[in-house]
Amino acid sequence: MCGIVGLFLKDKSLEPQLGALLSEMLVTMTDRGPDSAGIAIYGADQNNLAKLTIQSPEPETDFAGLTDALRAAGIANASILPKSTHAVITVGADQIDATRTALAELRPNIRVMGTGNVMEIYKEVGLPKDVVERFKITDMSGTHGIGHTRMATESAVTTLGAHPFSTGSDQCLVHNGSLSNHNNLRRELSHQGIRMETENDSEVAAAYLTGEMAKGKNLGEALTSALDDLDGFFTFVVGTKSGFGVVRDPIACKPAVMAETDAYVAFGSEYRALVNLPGIEDARVWEPEPATVYFWEH
Amino acid sequence: MPVFDLATTELRDLNASLHALDKDGGNEEFEVTNPRGAHAVAVGIDAPVDVQIKGSVGYYCAGMNETANITVHGNAGPGVAENMMSGKVVIKGDASQYAGATAHGGLLVIEGNASSRCGISMKGIDIVVKGNIGHMSAFMAQSGNLVVLGDAGDALGDSLYEARLFVRGTVKSLGADCIKKDMRPEHIEILAKLLSDAGITDVKPEEFTRYGSARQLYNFNIDNADAY
Repeated sequence: MCGIVGLFLKDKSLEPQLGALLSEMLVTMTDRGPDSAGIAIYGADQNNLAKLTIQSPEPETDFAGLTDALRAAGIANASILPKSTHAVITVGADQIDATRTALAELRPNIRVMGTGNVMEIYKEVGLPKDVVERFKITDMSGTHGIGHTRMATESAVTTLGAHPFSTGSDQCLVHNGSLSNHNNLRRELSHQGIRMETENDSEVAAAYLTGEMAKGKNLGEALTSALDDLDGFFTFVVGTKSGFGVVRDPIACKPAVMAETDAYVAFGSEYRALVNLPGIEDARVWEPEPATVYFWEH
Repeated sequence: MPVFDLATTELRDLNASLHALDKDGGNEEFEVTNPRGAHAVAVGIDAPVDVQIKGSVGYYCAGMNETANITVHGNAGPGVAENMMSGKVVIKGDASQYAGATAHGGLLVIEGNASSRCGISMKGIDIVVKGNIGHMSAFMAQSGNLVVLGDAGDALGDSLYEARLFVRGTVKSLGADCIKKDMRPEHIEILAKLLSDAGITDVKPEEFTRYGSARQLYNFNIDNADAY
């Protein structure tokens, strides 16, 4: 099954509540998938800086002394903010690749969950409520975010197999469904130089969109191409630095409900996920059409 | 009148009360508030009773209904009135996929739109949709009537048996073995009654087109063997 949620704020006054609203939406979807959960939050723009969200199975060992080690490795001004098994490393905007290389050498157990100017990703095995508490998601503010609670089908129940998947700067995707042509696509995308970390089908969908956007397409155009090139069942919710998109495959058996008001656009696998949003009583509520791309941009 | 506020009452208490009603009638009207998208609201009722649900419901509302009249003052999630046997279910808003699936009888009225697979495998239910319906509706429908005041999506009536499909608007495409058919006087009569039962007075039966089975898939055709 899997449960997916997304919230794109139009009203800036709601931004301090983004983490709390999105967490509540995700926790409501717990019974659609209890294996693992994750959330991506798009926070405030940081001029000339970039963030890497990293994860370690042994955070105490791996995060200790990491700031100094990175600086010694040439990543000047690196700073690290640990949050349980994850940490956000802030570096110069042009130092993401150098930081990845340094991390692989200094701390080989560390995995990079996502990178970007504004995006942070937190995901772990376990129930949404535990994941949300562990990373204090409810305290986070931001402009938009997406979340996922997983019932695994296509790869193992591990932190890396949890959603959201990020394969490009400030890009991430959550997926309800399963893809049939992910192995072929993974090979083609690898040849294009797109980095993938897992055997998971949904990561391939994320990488596909990254590849299409790298060709100059905007999010809406990339999602339109996905309808031709991805085979299988999918309802996707996708975030970029300023955008938020939704698309369902032509069969559209994976459920989806959307709501829009002057203050936000919200997505839920079920209407239950949306019922606590402010002003939901007067929102326009609809089921996204099959094979139809929806996207919003700030 | 019993009122169940699902914000403070367990869904099981509501459904248990509905299951305990007198099959011979004389039941008070029920009101359900704050359904907030809950699954399986008012399923399995087997007694004549009016149930007013004030808000939107999730999966399988009014499933397996027998003789009850259930009104949802909101939208319905997937599988509303699935396997209904008799009675009447009215959705004031939209219905999600597979509304009225496999249902044997009764009347389902959807005042908004219904999404994909409306009436899939229907076995005798009558469904009246005031808006549009999505793709693959009435797939393998066996009997009953599907009436659509708006438009139908792709592959309407694919692999249809003997259900009658009446569409007032456009049909994006017909499924395998589903064809347009003439409206004979008996069909006008059936449709007039269905519209009347659904409380629709401003639409004439003559405005609809009838679709049904070409009956070419009933038996295996040896000439098609190469296709397998």
